[in-house]
Amino acid sequence: MKAPLLELEGVHTHIGAYHILHGVDLKVGHGELTVLLGRNGAGKTTTLRTIMGLWHASSGGVRFEGEDIHARTTPEIARLGIAYVPENMGIFADLTVRENMLLAARSAKRIDDIDSKRLDWIFGLFPALRRFWQHPAGLLSGGQKQMMAVARAIIEPRQLLLIDEPSKGLAPAIIQNMIVAFRELKQKETSILLVEQNFNFARQLGDQVAVMDGGRIVHTGSMAELAGDEGLQQRLLGLSLAAHQ
Amino acid sequence: MVHHLFSGDFPRSRVLLVVLLAIVLGLVLTPFAFPGAKALNVAAKICIFIVLVSSFDLLLGYTGIVSFAHTMFFGIGAYGVAIALTHMGPTWSAVAAGIGAALVLSLALSLVIGLFSLRVKALFYAMITLAVAAAFQTLASQLSDLTGGEDGLTFRVPEMLSPGFMLSQHPFLGVSLDGRLISFYLLVTVTMVLFLIMLRIVNSPFGRVLQAIRENEFRAEALGYRTVIYRTWSNMLSAVFATLAGALLALWLRYNGPDTSLSFEIMIDILLMVVIGGMGTLYGSVVGATLFIITQNYLQDLMKVASNAANGIPLLRDLVSPDRWLLWLGILFVLSVYRFPAGIVGKLRAKALRPS
Amino acid sequence: MNSSAATSPVLDALPEVKPDRLPLLLLPVLALVALPLTGSFSTWVTLTFAGLAMGMIIFIIASGLTLVFGLMDVLNFGHGVFITLGAFLATSVFGRMSGWAESDSLYRNLVAMLPAMLVAMAVTGVVGFAFERLIIRPVYGQPLKQIMITMGGMIVGVELIKVFWGAQAIPLPLPTAFRGSLLFGEAAVEKYRLVAVLVGLTVFAAMHWVLSRTKVGLLIRAGVQDREMVESLGYRIGRLFVGVFIAGSALAGLGGVMWGLYQQIVTPEMGSQVNVLLFIVIIIGGMGSVGGCFIGALLVGLVSNYTGFLAPKVALFSNILLMVIVLLWRPRGLYSVGNR
Repeated sequence: MKAPLLELEGVHTHIGAYHILHGVDLKVGHGELTVLLGRNGAGKTTTLRTIMGLWHASSGGVRFEGEDIHARTTPEIARLGIAYVPENMGIFADLTVRENMLLAARSAKRIDDIDSKRLDWIFGLFPALRRFWQHPAGLLSGGQKQMMAVARAIIEPRQLLLIDEPSKGLAPAIIQNMIVAFRELKQKETSILLVEQNFNFARQLGDQVAVMDGGRIVHTGSMAELAGDEGLQQRLLGLSLAAHQ
Repeated sequence: MVHHLFSGDFPRSRVLLVVLLAIVLGLVLTPFAFPGAKALNVAAKICIFIVLVSSFDLLLGYTGIVSFAHTMFFGIGAYGVAIALTHMGPTWSAVAAGIGAALVLSLALSLVIGLFSLRVKALFYAMITLAVAAAFQTLASQLSDLTGGEDGLTFRVPEMLSPGFMLSQHPFLGVSLDGRLISFYLLVTVTMVLFLIMLRIVNSPFGRVLQAIRENEFRAEALGYRTVIYRTWSNMLSAVFATLAGALLALWLRYNGPDTSLSFEIMIDILLMVVIGGMGTLYGSVVGATLFIITQNYLQDLMKVASNAANGIPLLRDLVSPDRWLLWLGILFVLSVYRFPAGIVGKLRAKALRPS
Repeated sequence: MNSSAATSPVLDALPEVKPDRLPLLLLPVLALVALPLTGSFSTWVTLTFAGLAMGMIIFIIASGLTLVFGLMDVLNFGHGVFITLGAFLATSVFGRMSGWAESDSLYRNLVAMLPAMLVAMAVTGVVGFAFERLIIRPVYGQPLKQIMITMGGMIVGVELIKVFWGAQAIPLPLPTAFRGSLLFGEAAVEKYRLVAVLVGLTVFAAMHWVLSRTKVGLLIRAGVQDREMVESLGYRIGRLFVGVFIAGSALAGLGGVMWGLYQQIVTPEMGSQVNVLLFIVIIIGGMGSVGGCFIGALLVGLVSNYTGFLAPKVALFSNILLMVIVLLWRPRGLYSVGNR
């Protein structure tokens, strides 16, 4: 069995005096989409930030392709092939959509250097981006910003995407676009670790699921298993499905 | 009783204790041990700066606020006394009036500035205080009718303090008992009293809360302390002591001008003294002020020797030229900020804690 | 800025993107207000050019400071040391080329001035590199220490300047071709001031070009807004910062040369004297915005010269008043940048 692409083992993270992660164990396999579920404050965002090196794990191991990255700097981690879409999207509001995308394409010195086929594919997934190419990103609607944030993460091939609540506040039509995008990405051998509160969105995509509570992983398993077991859902997520729409 | 007098805040290092005792004795005995006007002036300046730098330590070391407007309060105190004595004649009531007015102005300004500091980040606050101090200095030199403009004010002090006054015709132990001597001992006494009061303040519950705020404001708020109130009080108290130091300066010099008390150079000197001596210790101000002022006035002689010795190598000679004493103190300052945040006092105390 | 055929009116409801030109209007407004106050047109022309020249020099100096703050939240209280260093270097270069500076040929004068500028920029750039490494890097993220140590850096720097050049003021006469004034009707405009304006515009144009047309510039603009995200995209913003700091120091050195020539005298205190003015300018402009710094610097230059003529006593206060007025209008400066 191939080693997992990403592996967290007993990760503790402290922020100042606060102990947020209490020994997180997590695995993401190649070409898989793993969903990280949990209530607000469970530690999901902290987990992503720790992987990305924005916060450092105080103990435990974070391994990417077998290599320990817990002490690496954020730019180094990004250059290993990990892309991060934070909860606040990290949009550069004063820059145009074009400039945002150019920034995300590390190997491109100018916009023409970007693989046009890839760009067309992205425009196909998110048509609004083509339309507002020259507009300052700050003027886009919430949904369009979210699309751009994801588009930035995939403008160049990456091995792992860390995405934090992409569906929050989005219209159903746009969520559909996202689902299509993620499915296509999985086909291209990109792995995704998706933090979500919207279970309905997550279940359409996820291969594996991990549930977090109080800074710990309290359940791992396949999505199919969790999706089929309402009792399990209630116990883990505390609320019934309907509340997660 | 000693415990009470020093508010339980002892030097906590034998070396430091010796140093402090030496400084105190040196100051008290200056007229007898180091005769001459220069030594007396240096000692007086040390006293005044002990008060001034301690008041700055209260703000920077204990509360964690960097303000470049400190010389403004120093100047207010000095000008208060200067203006009062110039316009009301050399009487004690004029002195009282001058100090009183200065304190009122300082309290008002420090209240405003203090409240303002809470609304902006530390960097902005530092910039703004820089601008305010510069503006105030300009103001002082523009209001020539009141402040004597660029030339400043020269005035006479109450009779008992003036040089012509003789307490007794017979000199005591070779030192003439004139107004100058009385002035000096007034200075020394007031300095010690003010210092001990500040020591009391920083060791009181109030002082501890200040330190808690400096360490972690968020947590202090969470614990229920209204940091607004504490920081404002710290600003005001610090201003009060700086103002009093200014009053002492004016009384000693019998002169005050924009450069005597308001110049940016003085602000830098204060900063150097408090950091090199040791922030957040108050004793650091004593050590720092003494070290700095003695260096400023006497090291030059030492450096002159070194400079002459290095005469053959022009660059070296210029580096140790007595005029470049500030270069070495500046380097010491940078190193202190970087590596010894608790300054000389901190180092000595740390050494004392280590088992020998 | 183009709207192609709409598939849905809702999605195309984005407004036309108009760049925010309002602050730029402040300049002609201010100038026009000053016109009746100064009385004579020719005086006004002289003052305005003096103000623009001074503003340009301040811009050259302050631009580095604002970018460095915008990018890394580092406020270099010791920025003045580069100004002073640049100016003193110019005296040395001019000292060696005094024949060329004194000659009547414009060509020779330029050849004397260009090396001065280049040497100043090169040396201050190198010193900037050392400054960043020794003084600033150890205290990233600690604003209190930053304030103190950068100030300490300036003290040490100025003392070292005195070691090399002495503690006295050194005159820095203008090359002959740049002395005197050009007459436009009755208005006299000093030649050097025109030069300063040209140099300033060139620097601004160059900076604008780098920022808007190169990837490095893009990184800087993005980094000013959201440093963390730029790092998450894989860029080592630490290195970028060093580069910006060096460039800022070099520009301050250039500004020092121009400032020294403007006053025709160079003193060790000249750097710390403009500290307050620099802070006022970058606050007015908005921390991190080069365009804002440009307009802010010109405003300060104009205000200083107009009030210097009309009411000399309130010169410093007028700049503080200007800052207050601008902040009342736009609390974060003329162009606010970033997520502060």
